[in-house]
Amino acid sequence: MNPTRKRRLIIVALVVAAASLAIGLGVYALQQNMNYLFTPSQVQAGRADHYKTFRLGGMVKGGSIQRSDNSLKVTFTVIDAGGAMPVEYTGILPDLFRDNQAVIATGHMDGARFVATEVLAKHDATYMPKELKDAMAKAHANKKIEEAAAQDKTP
Amino acid sequence: MTPELGQLALILALLLALAQGVLPLIGAWRGNRALMAVARPAAAGQAVFVAMAFGILVWAFLHFDFSVRYVAENSNLELPWYYRIAAVWGAHEGSLLLWILILNVWTVALAAFSTKLPEVFAARVMAVMGLIAVGFLAFTIFTSDPFGRLLPMPGDGADLNPVLQDPGMTFHPPVLYMGYVGFSVAFAFSIAGLLGGEMEQAWVRWARPWTNIAWGFLTCGIVAGSWWAYAELGWGGWWFWDPVENASFMPWLVGLALIHAQAVTEKRGSLRAWTILLSIFAFSLSLLGTFLVRSGVLTSVHAFASDPRRGVFILAFLTIVVGGSLLLYALRAPKVAGGKPFALLSRETVLLIGNLMFAVASAMVLLGTLFPLIGDAMHLGRISVGPPYFGFLFPLLMLPVVLLLPFGPFLRWGKGEASLLKPVLLRAGIAAAACAIVAAFFVDGKLKAIAGVAALVWLGVGVLLYALKRWREAPRGKRYPAELAGMLLAHLGVGVFVAGVLLTEALGVTSDVRMAPGQTQHIGGYDFRFDGVQRTTGPNWRADQGTITVTRDGHAVATMTPQKRTYPRGQVQTESAVDAGFFRDLYVALGEPMDAGNIEGAWSLRLYYKPFVRWIWGGGLLMMLGGFTCAADKRFRLKRIAESAPVGALQLQETRA
Repeated sequence: MNPTRKRRLIIVALVVAAASLAIGLGVYALQQNMNYLFTPSQVQAGRADHYKTFRLGGMVKGGSIQRSDNSLKVTFTVIDAGGAMPVEYTGILPDLFRDNQAVIATGHMDGARFVATEVLAKHDATYMPKELKDAMAKAHANKKIEEAAAQDKTP
Repeated sequence: MTPELGQLALILALLLALAQGVLPLIGAWRGNRALMAVARPAAAGQAVFVAMAFGILVWAFLHFDFSVRYVAENSNLELPWYYRIAAVWGAHEGSLLLWILILNVWTVALAAFSTKLPEVFAARVMAVMGLIAVGFLAFTIFTSDPFGRLLPMPGDGADLNPVLQDPGMTFHPPVLYMGYVGFSVAFAFSIAGLLGGEMEQAWVRWARPWTNIAWGFLTCGIVAGSWWAYAELGWGGWWFWDPVENASFMPWLVGLALIHAQAVTEKRGSLRAWTILLSIFAFSLSLLGTFLVRSGVLTSVHAFASDPRRGVFILAFLTIVVGGSLLLYALRAPKVAGGKPFALLSRETVLLIGNLMFAVASAMVLLGTLFPLIGDAMHLGRISVGPPYFGFLFPLLMLPVVLLLPFGPFLRWGKGEASLLKPVLLRAGIAAAACAIVAAFFVDGKLKAIAGVAALVWLGVGVLLYALKRWREAPRGKRYPAELAGMLLAHLGVGVFVAGVLLTEALGVTSDVRMAPGQTQHIGGYDFRFDGVQRTTGPNWRADQGTITVTRDGHAVATMTPQKRTYPRGQVQTESAVDAGFFRDLYVALGEPMDAGNIEGAWSLRLYYKPFVRWIWGGGLLMMLGGFTCAADKRFRLKRIAESAPVGALQLQETRA
């Protein structure tokens, strides 16, 4: 084998080895870390049953935020137009977390309640995460969403 | 009237960019020197008009011209002047204008320093820069006009996003853009080389400092962004694998591969096609990064409003740039290939392994970042890819790089000698193992921390051994040319960075606690006493300000005042307090009052003890310095090109024979 061919062979072998290793590991890591987004009614319909960890998106129900007296534990209810889901979280909530705001919580189901490890709130008063809007629109008729959005805008 | 002048200036700039992009190409094709000579004056004229447009926008911000929609949306009467200037690039339209301005800075620099390059080649390079400017100017003028009017003029504007009201944010975007845009030079070089069907080693040598400088700026921009996220977002983390961070990280990785591949091509003539491919990807990913961040395609902290017209334009632009250059590559790459063969054990091989790792890591990040879009397009549902995906794969891909790094400089080009590697392996290995054992006693056997110390010693001793070898073997005055010194600095930076990351992760203590005034928490050997919260005000905000007194063994260490700010439009922003140190940071952020009506009562607080966290950015800054130092090497200066050009041509013939 002449040197050029040998070098090319080495390069090709390296590329193939690295690519197959990377693809294998990548697929594995992706499978482990893909989080689906569901709304409360979708979860109650059993859509999330196959997933241990997923993201729950919806509105914080007005007046549902309850703090514990001696720890950072907080419970609240996330609603969409057709469902409600109690959520439990221990830690510091984001700046924009309040009643009637869109939130996305990452966590898992524990019985009938959702235990969140992370809570994200939308970033300003007029903005709802697009993916959340779509997910809610998919679950329900558009009209109900608009009502919810209208409610959201009036403080 | 003035804003319309800004618009006019942009349109004139677009016309000049068209002239700069098209005429020299025709000239180079037809051999018409007059047409080729258009490039430089057109570039200069374009720069003047773009600077004028930018200046007019700055002026509008400084003078509260709320009749300009962009100004009204991103500033108000209470915003201090320095943040009004930062607001120029605080949203989509203005940041595009900044991008174009920086592109013009690079183009003018290129025009000034390229006078000794072969005429045809220089004309093609300038033309490609012009075509890039055409794309961006057209995008700005047709979809994202920063000078659009808002009538009737409102009495006061909205506000700059409060997360952007931070000193870190005033220089993060310009520096980052210097990096993004800087890759356009390497890109233009590659395209010009492909168009002409040849790529002299001398030209690659000439392109190297540009790439190094661009990469250095990008490094600096990413470090600034990371530091800003740490200080400003109140989460205390320094990297989140957020789509926007990934957007700047991908071109950084490919750029890192590129500066190493360019070294191979320049010195040996090999890997030419690969170098060209990398420069195409580095620039394409820079474009993707710019658009991902500003277009709102991905839901993220940084994303601004999305507009379907913009999406279509972006997609078309990316398709033309990526598709066009790859097509050109497919047609022309075989023509420019060449170079000297190398053995399995050689510097080329280690550099190639590093290159592959960076390229694969970049592809991995790209997949994870765009997967939600892919999933959406394929109706798989709403998916997000969690940070553990990146956190698992990235260190795995970088492990071989860290392990091989000390050997690289010891290997010769073409064919290395195994006998030279053995002492390096022994000395660095023994030093790393010894330090790891000693460290194990100090860190309670935490594996990550031990690995961090070992990595630092391994890389540090590797750098030191090579520095010693040069000291002994090279003649005085030629021991550490800038290129070599830069390499050593940057490689040392990798060690400092890795140590910082691993030590912070292993030894850091995070604690979210509920504290009533007077209560004390003991974290990482420090006592944090919460002294309650008071109201305070700033130029354009009100805040609840907490006071935390930190003591260690009874001695006062720091008094920290984290804030929870409320801006005029009701946005809330956490302002954390950091007591910085070389070996550790203390970090406090206010959560929320436990009883919403009573701010003088108990609060939730986030307390951190973060050892060695500064080393993460310190390592990054060392890498940046390394990049800049390399670029300063005398060898890259243009006057030598004239002398070495015939040599380059000779070498090329040699390899073809």
